[in-house]
Amino acid sequence: MARAAGRKVVSPGEIVEADIDVAMVNDVTGPLTIEALEKIGIKRVWDPSRVVVVLDHQAPPTSIEASQDHALLRKFVAQNRIQNFFDVNEGICHEVLPEHGLALPGELIVGADSHTCTYGAFGCFATGVGSTDMAAVFATGKLWFRVPESMSVKIEGRFRSRVAPKDLILRIIGDVGADGATYRAVEFSGVGMRNVSVGGRMTMCNMGVEMGAKTAIVAADDITNRYLVGRAKWGYKLINSDPGAAYVDERIYDLSKLEPQVAVPHNVDNVRPVREVAGVKVDQAFLGSCTNGRLEDLVEAAKILDGRKIARGVRMLVVPASREVYAEALKETVLQKFIDAGAMVGAPSCAACMGGHIGILGPGEVCISSSNRNFRGRMGSPEAKVYLGSPATVAASALNGEITDPRDV
Amino acid sequence: MAKAWVFGDNVSTDDIIAGRYLVRRNPKELAKHVMEAVDQKFAAKVRTGDIIVAGRNFGCGSSREHAPMALKAAGVSAIVAGSFARIFFRNAINQGLPVLISKDARDGFKTGDSIKVDISGGKVINLRTGKAYRAEPLPDFLTKILKAGGLLPYLKRLKWKR
Repeated sequence: MARAAGRKVVSPGEIVEADIDVAMVNDVTGPLTIEALEKIGIKRVWDPSRVVVVLDHQAPPTSIEASQDHALLRKFVAQNRIQNFFDVNEGICHEVLPEHGLALPGELIVGADSHTCTYGAFGCFATGVGSTDMAAVFATGKLWFRVPESMSVKIEGRFRSRVAPKDLILRIIGDVGADGATYRAVEFSGVGMRNVSVGGRMTMCNMGVEMGAKTAIVAADDITNRYLVGRAKWGYKLINSDPGAAYVDERIYDLSKLEPQVAVPHNVDNVRPVREVAGVKVDQAFLGSCTNGRLEDLVEAAKILDGRKIARGVRMLVVPASREVYAEALKETVLQKFIDAGAMVGAPSCAACMGGHIGILGPGEVCISSSNRNFRGRMGSPEAKVYLGSPATVAASALNGEITDPRDV
Repeated sequence: MAKAWVFGDNVSTDDIIAGRYLVRRNPKELAKHVMEAVDQKFAAKVRTGDIIVAGRNFGCGSSREHAPMALKAAGVSAIVAGSFARIFFRNAINQGLPVLISKDARDGFKTGDSIKVDISGGKVINLRTGKAYRAEPLPDFLTKILKAGGLLPYLKRLKWKR
């Protein structure tokens, strides 16, 4: 933050104007940003190499309006010669940016999407903003920030079988509360983070916003570096937390003591062990989203479904988070296992997560989902219910037709 | 007279405007579905000038600016809440919709109470009970953005001055 603000040091509570390294919009927030730019008479973005446009929420378009929005964004991309444009075939913004080496350690990234904090998994400061703020960024390359206080979450131990990073972050959100980290930067550290993959770190940082956090950060290490080899768009420097950094809150979690968790309707901090809610009948099982649509998530779920059939009456949607994930899953015959089990596999997109695309729930229906929000009406009818769990929990629940602890199948 | 609409904790952006409506950008169109998931009748009954009084974490969830746009277009003139989710807070200011933090106002109001809000003085008054509640004052530069009617008119004015 200090570097981006051109200062040696900044302290929590200060308001600073900072230079943005990467600015991203998607097909829901981008059109409003373009309208805002038109209103202030700005015709060109400040730096076309630093702007990213991703069509993912309504991809492929689900309505005439969505098609028109996509056309508007393509025109904007062409007029501004924006170099990083990902059309409807590429996947979810929060998967696509890291894959293309645009989320790098030490960067300051803003995205007009609340789950922009996902990129913190790469040791950068990434946060979600609205469309008007983004218009200011597109125009000037700068934005004001209030320097956040930091909160420390130390991780120890190793996950037991069929317990995943999703279970950990759900447990943390359950403990901290939906607004417990509001305005704060959440820092995940500790020896246990060595046992969390890049994908798992992304799952954890992704859901930082569900406890109100401005950003969630994992300091980059050799695990990060290994992922970034051959991907990084620019050079980068590793940044660590300051020695003796002050935290407003410190917590410790032992992975070896963790068990599968679900967030029950209608709040993400309403978290319970899966076994406590086991038996709730499900109509839909959704495996995908920027939280859990990566290859390792698909592999974990496919292991459970391998050679078996999902329960009658359950529709299971599997949507890889990106074209790269899709291609790898195809190569590793993971997708075949889903299809054989009776699931449907869709093209990369946000899909059922935001209730405006595929997999919309009707009144009274229940969905077990690997996504990030279970708010009332999130996936369709306000009378539907969404439970959030890990990929393994989604697969086990699809198999039994009711919410099931993945260790029990 | 402005009327209070009272809501609980954690009113999400999906409550304010659901994902399936986000392909619309006309604020008046969005306003037809505002708060639909919480109160089906809200959009039809809210009147220009009315004020929302809510609990903690108002506007949690998405970065969709459609949420404050829809509320403003529906006639909501201010939101008083125990706390706000940070992206919604910024979006509301940028849209020129006043957002005030008051820890205890919510418990002092029932939907339908006459309400008065003094933004610069940081006060929320229930005209039915006569009780006043303190609201945290906004930083100067945010008040300036609100007075201009939002970030875009504010930026335009700055440019014109220069």
